[in-house]
Amino acid sequence: MKFVFEFLYLLAAVLFIVGLKFLSSPAHARRGNTTAALGMLVATLTLLASMMVNPESGPPHNLGLIVTAIAIGAVAGAVGARRVAMTDMPQMVAILNGCGGGSAALISTAEFLHLSTARAGADTMFGTIIGSISFSGSVVAFAKLQGLVSEKAINSPIQKAVNALLFLGLLGLIGMLGFSGGGAPAFYALLGVSLAFGVLMVMPIGGADMPVVISLLNSFTGLAVAATGFVLHNNALIISGTLVGASGTLLTMLMCKAMNRSLANVLFAGFGATTTAGAAGGVAGGAAKNYREVSVDDAAVLLANIQNLIIVPGYGMAVAQAQHTVRELADLLAKKGVDVKYAIHPVAGRMPGHMNVLLAEANVPYDQLFDLDQINPDFERADVALVIGANDVVNPAARSDKASPIYGMPILDADKAQHVIVIKRSMNPGFAGIDNQLYYEPRTSMLFGDAKGAVSKLVEAVKTL
Amino acid sequence: MSASLMAEIWVFALAVFVGFEVISKVPVVLHTPLMSGTNAIHGIVMLGGVLVLASAHGPALTTLGFLAVVLGAMNLFGGFVVTDRMLEMFKAKKQKPLPAKKP
Repeated sequence: MKFVFEFLYLLAAVLFIVGLKFLSSPAHARRGNTTAALGMLVATLTLLASMMVNPESGPPHNLGLIVTAIAIGAVAGAVGARRVAMTDMPQMVAILNGCGGGSAALISTAEFLHLSTARAGADTMFGTIIGSISFSGSVVAFAKLQGLVSEKAINSPIQKAVNALLFLGLLGLIGMLGFSGGGAPAFYALLGVSLAFGVLMVMPIGGADMPVVISLLNSFTGLAVAATGFVLHNNALIISGTLVGASGTLLTMLMCKAMNRSLANVLFAGFGATTTAGAAGGVAGGAAKNYREVSVDDAAVLLANIQNLIIVPGYGMAVAQAQHTVRELADLLAKKGVDVKYAIHPVAGRMPGHMNVLLAEANVPYDQLFDLDQINPDFERADVALVIGANDVVNPAARSDKASPIYGMPILDADKAQHVIVIKRSMNPGFAGIDNQLYYEPRTSMLFGDAKGAVSKLVEAVKTL
Repeated sequence: MSASLMAEIWVFALAVFVGFEVISKVPVVLHTPLMSGTNAIHGIVMLGGVLVLASAHGPALTTLGFLAVVLGAMNLFGGFVVTDRMLEMFKAKKQKPLPAKKP
């Protein structure tokens, strides 16, 4: 009988992998998610069946509680998932991730208490530590994204010293539990230190770096789940956890690459913490340079009479909820024969691929969405690059100015288009407080206003043409 | 080191490679659904919670197991539902706009 169950777990794991495979094309992606969900159903039914027929450990306890717990979690999760707005997707993923991490930590804790030994196995400790860090880190990430805690980056030496102390404490406790046997008090200390470490790890990280943090926490939870699989000797958990760990790690690496920074730099450097000083310098520098302003009507005439337009949406557009208006403008222009494409920077948004989801929600077809490598050669042939709420990702200083903090970051080459129209509130520098040379280029025109207001005025103006 | 632990390590190591291989093929456009989808997959931790709860005696272990199952189920169901909602929105262009270029 055990053989049959093992085989069914393998089937579940295969369904997860096939499901992920379907995700490699937007046309099949939805089927992929359904396939993975089917795998989960197979795994769950297999577990329940194996508990029922397992003669060694006797009949399972708490069946009523198990069903109740699943029902509570299922309703809470599904209702939350139905209601959440697409702009809040990073928070949603953070909180779901925290649930998984918390669950893994609880399971490892329960196993430790269950065995009631003085020492803890490597898998139990790993599950506890990583699960706890993922849980508390995700809660802080959620609070930051939701605006409950300041999104500002913090860069304080005291905080770094505390982190280092916590880390040393963690190592000490691991040694104690692993070799000399510290028992329950040491285990609880391990749990507490891990939770605190998660909080202090995420707290200093600025909002613009959230794509990295979310990916990293995702990979942590995956690994914590894999560790739980080792604790419980369940291959399905090991495989699923590892797949997620690999996915999170890959996305973390991609996000770091998109910002040209190492993971250590993101986690410990407090990038953007100098916003105030930078902003002051930027304004002073900006006043001395010349820029060209364009009226809504002139911009509309220009846009309606070109062949190739590339729209560069940034987080500012998402904050202003302007994506539907932008799509309306794109549709109007497409009717007038303009070929519209969207250029999306990997870190435009608060999590990997966030901007694509927001535009998909606004009914932008996915074959108009292009990533950095695909679109950059097209800018030279574009008549206009329309930059909406994006700043650092189109700053040419990243290519040329070695002194710039963003030097080396891959950017969208909007400055290579024939004309550039930038929709921006004012000349104030963006989140990172870095002045943008693009605004002072002779072929750049500034259209001042908030993203939604300015784009809807453009829509009206194009309609009257 | 027991034979079963060694087998588990084999499974882990091979899953690392499969994971990287499969996920590196996912296009940038789908990175958010990928993340919420993999999020749902680690909701399988719910099963670990069920195992704990099924063998739990005493209030401490029962509470831990119960909470683990609730959190795991939230992760699992929330993840799949939200991913489905997102993927539903990704549509291809229905018809190409007529290439009526201006002079």
